[in-house]
Amino acid sequence: MRETPLSNCERQFLLKAIEEKKRLDGRQTYDYRNIKITFGTDYGCCVVDVGKTRVLAQVSCELVAPKDNRPTEGIMFINLELSPMASPAFESGRQSELHVTLNRLLERCLRNSKCLDTESLCVVSGEKVWKIRIDVHVLNHDGNIMDAASIAAITALCHFRRPDVGIQGEEVTIYTPEERDLIPLSIYHMPVSVSFSFFQQGTFLLVDPCEREERVMDGLLVIAMNKHREICSIQSSGGIMLLKEQVLRCSKIASVKVCEITELINKALENDRKVRKEGGKFGFAESMAKERITALKSEIAPVEMIDIEEKAEDIICRTGAPCDTVPSPVVRAPGTGQVGEGLQNAWGLDEMEEEEEEEEDDIEQGGPEKQPESETITSKKGDVVVISDSEEEEVVILHQGVEVKDFREEMSSGQKQATSASKKKKKKRKLAH
Amino acid sequence: MPWKNAHVFSPSTFYVDRVCYTKILPQETPGNCIMRGIVTTLDMFECFKDKVGEVLLPGDVFSFELVPLDNKADKVICGPGLRRNGDEVLVCKSGILRHKPPNLYWIDSIQKRYVPAKGESVIGIVTVKSGDVFKVDVGGSEQASLSYLAFEGATKRNRPNVQVGDLVYAQFTIANKDMEPELVCIDSCGRANGMGVFGADGLLFKVSLGLVRRLLAPQSDIVKDLEKTFPFEMVVGMNGRVWVRARTAQQTLIVANLLESCENMTTQQRQALFRRVADRVT
Repeated sequence: MRETPLSNCERQFLLKAIEEKKRLDGRQTYDYRNIKITFGTDYGCCVVDVGKTRVLAQVSCELVAPKDNRPTEGIMFINLELSPMASPAFESGRQSELHVTLNRLLERCLRNSKCLDTESLCVVSGEKVWKIRIDVHVLNHDGNIMDAASIAAITALCHFRRPDVGIQGEEVTIYTPEERDLIPLSIYHMPVSVSFSFFQQGTFLLVDPCEREERVMDGLLVIAMNKHREICSIQSSGGIMLLKEQVLRCSKIASVKVCEITELINKALENDRKVRKEGGKFGFAESMAKERITALKSEIAPVEMIDIEEKAEDIICRTGAPCDTVPSPVVRAPGTGQVGEGLQNAWGLDEMEEEEEEEEDDIEQGGPEKQPESETITSKKGDVVVISDSEEEEVVILHQGVEVKDFREEMSSGQKQATSASKKKKKKRKLAH
Repeated sequence: MPWKNAHVFSPSTFYVDRVCYTKILPQETPGNCIMRGIVTTLDMFECFKDKVGEVLLPGDVFSFELVPLDNKADKVICGPGLRRNGDEVLVCKSGILRHKPPNLYWIDSIQKRYVPAKGESVIGIVTVKSGDVFKVDVGGSEQASLSYLAFEGATKRNRPNVQVGDLVYAQFTIANKDMEPELVCIDSCGRANGMGVFGADGLLFKVSLGLVRRLLAPQSDIVKDLEKTFPFEMVVGMNGRVWVRARTAQQTLIVANLLESCENMTTQQRQALFRRVADRVT
């Protein structure tokens, strides 16, 4: 599906508004949109909303053999998916430039910054290590996927719990969550990326561009930092020339924003931890706002449980024994088996049916009752006119003694008539033989 | 995936029985939307009348007796969202059943996906300029074509000044499911009548089709309330696109945000919001 093109008047208006320091949704130049972080019921699953941009991250783990050149380190694999669900501009299958750029940026932000302690993921050196896999899916694209993706990825990593392992000599046992508690990953720091968009050859700057602002921007600067003011990665795209002061100013703004965002992440993690410990309800369903026109929630329906055992036994006694079910597959002869019951083959008979229908008209009357009934009823009711500018020609099949039928009615009734007529034809053939 | 699997019922493929049909002309329909009307007989009136103003869901059925109560045939015209199936009328869109006297019924539904319909005026964005024809994006599944001769005063020598990315306000001459839709910027007399290229300074944004119909209704409350805030120009396309321009960029942004947000508000909430804005501006 094609994306809506950007009209000239929109572009001019946006640039003019940016010159006057006005943004489409009324934000200030350095303001972020509303960031909302929610967690799912599984550990390691979180959804981050930055305004209308929505991103889902899921962390999973498995035991694999380590890489040859790093036998004592675990593996971290990061993957970002842009599906057509997020925007009509994304095509499934083909990897667009944006896809590659975002994947690369996210990898650099998380892997090169060594935020995850990979040495702690080693189970048996040279043989078994944990492979941590982070999958980020973009659910809605309204600009600035990079920031949302980085927040989602690091939050999911902090939220994730891996199973505990025990090593007895050569044997490695993975304990289930019931046997031993799950262990959180060892995270050194939380890198978060902040995006700056530039307009008019670097004269104007906006933080957290929305989708329309992204379409008219000249260049983009992405800085990934943690709250200790360490820059994890920095990338400038779009080919604009930035001055040293501009880059330094951006990094200062980024450090302020990253502190706020990190606080938000920690608060969200803390809330989730508290709710889980107290045994309350958690998950996506609980974090949705309920008092909204767009939300529908039904309360838990009370079920009457009086005398339930007597009633249950009553019902069981009253019902008859179930019919004998043949255990499947049925073995008819050694080497063969039959699963289920067969049906009559109705293939290849439909085309022949249309010609044969004229001859078999009399038989048809006895056939399926509904169709002929409605035909005769409509014939009683009178003429029928369709108002439509469709260019399809009406196909009319003439029958002896039956009213003129339209092709479209034929289509729906054709199937039923075909199968019934085919059955009769088969009977005829069998009799003939 | 909302974009990949859009399927729209077309209410035009039914049978009408017994009586003469009438085609609904553009002027007669409320909110300037075109209904492909089908006439059916009998005592549908009673069943319909009970449900006017109620929310109906796809699959709801109005069934009628076959024997007419009186020989005079009552004409009932079913508009969008209602579909006849044998001797029943089925609802095929969720929404509120509306009625326009004497005998017109339709389902007022909210959707965002636009399907081109003949006679509707839309805002399009020119994407390709090739030879004699412009390709215009109207938000449907296919791009519409607009001939360069379909402008007022255009001849082979005197071509209209249309660039790629311009906004055009045009009307559909051909819009059905079998052919590529075609637009024109002149009416049947050859005059522009407000159509053509526009939009030098304003802002274009998208709203749902239900809101657009409410804005285009003859005595629209929303427009009346909005007029009291400050003066502005507005062009509303039936494909959900709205263009506004006010004196300053700030005011334009305010109008755009107000329109986008009053989608789901009740009348009181909307009036309170508009009043707050009007007080702030003056």
